[in-house]
Parts: sequence; C-alpha cells; structure tokens
Amino acid sequence: MAEDYGIPGSGRATLWAGAVLVVVVLLIALFGPLLTPYDPTTLRLEQRLETPSLAHPLGLDELGRDILSRMVYGARISVGVGLSVVILAGLLGTLLGAISGYAGGRVDTVLMRLTDVFLAFPGILLAIALVAVLGPALRHVVLALVVIGWVGYARLVRGQVLQIKEQEFVTAAQAAGVRAPRIVLRHILPNVLPTLLVQASLGMAGAILAEASLSFLGLGIQPPTPSWGAMINAGRSHLLDAPHLALFPGIAILLTVMGLNFLGDGLVDLINPRRRRSGEPRED
Amino acid sequence: MTALLEVRDLRKHFPVRRGLLQRVTGHVKALDGVSLDLASGECFALVGESGSGKTTFGRCVLRLEEPTSGVVRFQGEDLLALSPAELRQRRKHFQVVFQDPYGSLNPRMRIHSILSEPLEVHDTVAESERAERIDELLTLVGLTKDAGRRFPHEFSGGQRQRIGIARALAPEPSLLVADEPVSALDVSVRAQIINLLVDLQNRFGLTMIFIAHDLAVVEQTADRVGVMYLGRIVELGATRDIFAAPQHPYTVSLLSAVPVAEPTRRRDRILLTGEPPSPLSPPPGCPFHPRCPIAKDRCREEEPSLTESKEGRQVACHYPGELEPVGARLSAGGTF
Repeated sequence: MAEDYGIPGSGRATLWAGAVLVVVVLLIALFGPLLTPYDPTTLRLEQRLETPSLAHPLGLDELGRDILSRMVYGARISVGVGLSVVILAGLLGTLLGAISGYAGGRVDTVLMRLTDVFLAFPGILLAIALVAVLGPALRHVVLALVVIGWVGYARLVRGQVLQIKEQEFVTAAQAAGVRAPRIVLRHILPNVLPTLLVQASLGMAGAILAEASLSFLGLGIQPPTPSWGAMINAGRSHLLDAPHLALFPGIAILLTVMGLNFLGDGLVDLINPRRRRSGEPRED
Repeated sequence: MTALLEVRDLRKHFPVRRGLLQRVTGHVKALDGVSLDLASGECFALVGESGSGKTTFGRCVLRLEEPTSGVVRFQGEDLLALSPAELRQRRKHFQVVFQDPYGSLNPRMRIHSILSEPLEVHDTVAESERAERIDELLTLVGLTKDAGRRFPHEFSGGQRQRIGIARALAPEPSLLVADEPVSALDVSVRAQIINLLVDLQNRFGLTMIFIAHDLAVVEQTADRVGVMYLGRIVELGATRDIFAAPQHPYTVSLLSAVPVAEPTRRRDRILLTGEPPSPLSPPPGCPFHPRCPIAKDRCREEEPSLTESKEGRQVACHYPGELEPVGARLSAGGTF
C-alpha cells in the first residue's frame, strides 16, 4: 500500500493485518479439523511432553496428545464462543439500546439504570460467579459472557440512536406517518451498523479472551475437549520443563485477539478518517 | 373562503432546566400565542429572524412537535386531539419540505425507497403501480427516472431538494409546509426550486406555508405574509399591501434590508441594532422596543396586541405606520 508509506499502525495496514489474521483463524476453525493428522484426544503416554518434531510440529502435551491438533480443535471453541457471544449480546444490546434511545423518557431511564447495575459489577468476576453457580459448561460460559457483554452494545446503540433520531430524515419519516419500529429498523439502525461492526470485532476479542480465562480457571469447557485457555492451564504445571504446552495456545490467543483488535481499529479509521488512533483503553 | 387550516393561540414553551436536580427555572416561549387561518389553495409566507419561532410553528402545526397549548384544526378536525395512530393516518394530507437537503434524506436508502416509503405507509397506490408513480414523481420535480436507482450522495443540493419535494408530494397532500426550502441552497439554484414549488402549488391547488427569512423570496411566491418576532406574529396581511406599506417598524426594517438589483442607487437602510432579545427573558412591554427606532414610553410598559387595522391586515404596534420607509422603493424583491 503505497499511500501508507509502510508505517505500521497507519489505518489501512492495520485493517488489512487484522482482516488477514481473523480470516486465517476463521478458516482454521472451519476447515482445520479436516486437515489435522491426529485425533485431539488420542493419548500417547509414552511420548508425553515430547518437544516439537516433524511428526508433531508443536509437540505433545502432558498426556501425549498432539498439541497442533488440539489447538485446531480449540480454535472452534474460541471462535464459536466469540461469535455466539457477539451475536447474542449484540442482538440483545441493540434491541434494548434502540428502544431506550428512541423511546426516551421513563423507558430510557429504567433501561439505563439497569445497564448501570450491570456495569457496576466487574465483568469477569460476574461471569465467574455465574458459571460457578450454573456449573461449568460451554453454554453457561456463553450465557455468562452475554450477560456481561450486552451492556456495552446497549450503551453504544442508545448513544447512536439519540444522535441519529435528531436528524431530519428521521423527522421526515415521522412526518410521512411511518411507525416507530419501522423508523428504527429502516432509518436508524442501518446508520448504526458501521459503529456496531467495530464494537463487534473488539467485543469478539474480549469474548475469546474471557472464554480462555474461564477455561484457564477450569470453569469453561471440560476435558478432554480442547480449548486454548484450558490448554494453558494444563501447561502451567510444566512451564519450566515443557514450556511449549502453554506457549503455543498462548500465541494463538494473542494473534487472534490482536487480529480482531486490529480489524476493529482499522474499521474505526475507515468509518471516520479524522479519528486519530489514540491509546484509549477499550473494553468489550 | 373556506379555511383549510385554523390555528388558535398556539403556544410552545420549552422548559429550561438548571442545576443538579434539573429543576425547571424558566421557559423559552418559542411560540407565544399564534393564531392564523389558511384558505384552501393559498400560499402563506412566514418570515422572521432565526429564533423567531417560525420553524417551531411549522413543526407544531404538523404535530412533529407537541405544542404546549392551542388549537390546530385541519379540515375542521382538531389535530391535537388525535391519537398517534389517527394522526399517522392523517399525515398524508399534510407534508413538509425541510431546509437541509443533506440531512433530510437517509444516506443509506436509494431514492426509489425514499419515495416509495410514504406510498407503502399510506397504501394510497397499489403495489403494482408504485414504480410508475415514483417515475411520475421524479419527472414532476424535474429529475430523470434513473435517479431512483441512486443514493442521495450522488446528487447536488438542488437535486436533493427536488427529491425532498417529490417525497412530500408522494401521498398527494393538500397542505405543504416548506421550511426554508432554499436557505441551504446555492443562490444559483434557489430560483429554480422556488419556481418549482410555485408551479406545483398552482398545479395541484396546494395550500402552502412557506417559511423564510428572506423577504425577496416571499414577494413573488406568497399571497399573504406573516412577520414573526419572538414567537409572535407582529404583522399580517396581503403580500402586496405589506410590501407597499409596512406598518410595523420591524417589517419596515426587514424590508429595507432587501437588496435591490440596481448598483448605482444608494439606499439608506434602517439598521437594527443589537440582537433579538433572549426568549428566556423577553423585555417588558412590546418585545421589539429595545431595537425599535421609534419606541416611546408606552412601548416599554404596555404590550401591543395584534389588532386588525383594516380588512385582512393585522399589526401589533402602538404606533403603526409611524416609521417611514426610507430610501428608494421598498418593493424591490424578485432578484437574488
């Protein structure tokens, strides 16, 4: 990209780097299991903790399972959780945010105080508590992450709706006699969508990280099904004698989350070229 | 003359909230008792400075904003008493053209969808005939039929305003509120849009409320003019009469600001000093007295009411007609 002069972090480069990383992870999650030579749960106890070799490029774990195969299968969990959380939290948050912003008044006050309650809890702690109560299972992880995740979408969408509903084309639709739900769906939400996409890509990174954290704590998916977070947890006790157990899943999480963040940042710049990349912290 | 629209003592007060508890500390009286009758087929111009309440009047009449009090009767029916569903259903009879041709079209909708929406909502045209009707509307406002496939950003300001007009005409309204339809446009295309509006008004017998801050525009379009100042009508009458013999000092000064297309003629203008007073704390007495060149003691104490000076002519001034128009002919509009 000539116009970037190859400066890292400049808009287009960020967007492309992010897009490539995300697409690669998605492809691995979709088709990877067709290509892996080993079953992720086959035990080879005599070869346990074996370092990377030609036969097993990323080595074997504490029970002699192929780490590459486990990571490929783990990608499905990460991507699956990430997508489900983003879609469900996004839908719920958008619905409530749009109602809150468009209706205004008392409805808005009630809904926004509700989001305040959710925001008052530290997100990951709430998720841990929820999963601990419900029991460790993938669907409980998704549920917990949706419960803490929808608030961000609701606030974002509400703000956008408040801004867009003051525009004259919305008044024009009202003047034409269009009903409120149709105004929101046809006139307002399409204009919120770009911002929502940015939030979704950043939110997915957060969800993947949160799933890994929960799995690391043993609250996510249960063995022997592989998950990146759980793999790091298992590798923890062998950090000194077999660091590759935790290292490779760690790198996978790092690259995926980085890719999604790049994509999100790149989209922000694409939507608003005037926005300079600032170091402000982001949350999912 | 049958009144299509009757407005009685229309008021719109915006509460002003201050402080931590958001207590109401006062009211901005954007509309402070406006009454008006509109005959079917007439073009009524409402002029005034920014903040005089003319846009609020248009929005309240269409109930795009809820007036604080007053009566708006359209074809004899009280619009303010209608339920939201009833109101939506009546909306096809009164439409609006907005000031900003950029903000008033949804950037993510094709022109076809923009024009089709009012038809779908009111079901005035059968689905099979909608495309035909949209072509007809586009032709009506001087655009080509292929405009329907394009997005708003592909058009110029003047073209967008034509689309806005087409949208307003789609449900075949009988009342059209044009809220400064040319203020945001390039001077070179203003005349085209005004001619289009006048043309369409004559063709369909539309009743029109033409909101403007430019008297030159008004002279050639309107049958009657109302001059607004601080939420009130201060002078009302036939366009011809008002331009020939303005009675209210404010009207006189507005007229003296109309440019004349004769560069050699030097004119004295009545320059108003100061800003319009804050509508939050209007001055006592006549609201215009702090800027009025002929204000007397009475004006500072007693508020003049809008009274009929002669047939169809109303003015709210204690000393109507005392401020002489200075300089050359005042009726000099028509040029831009």
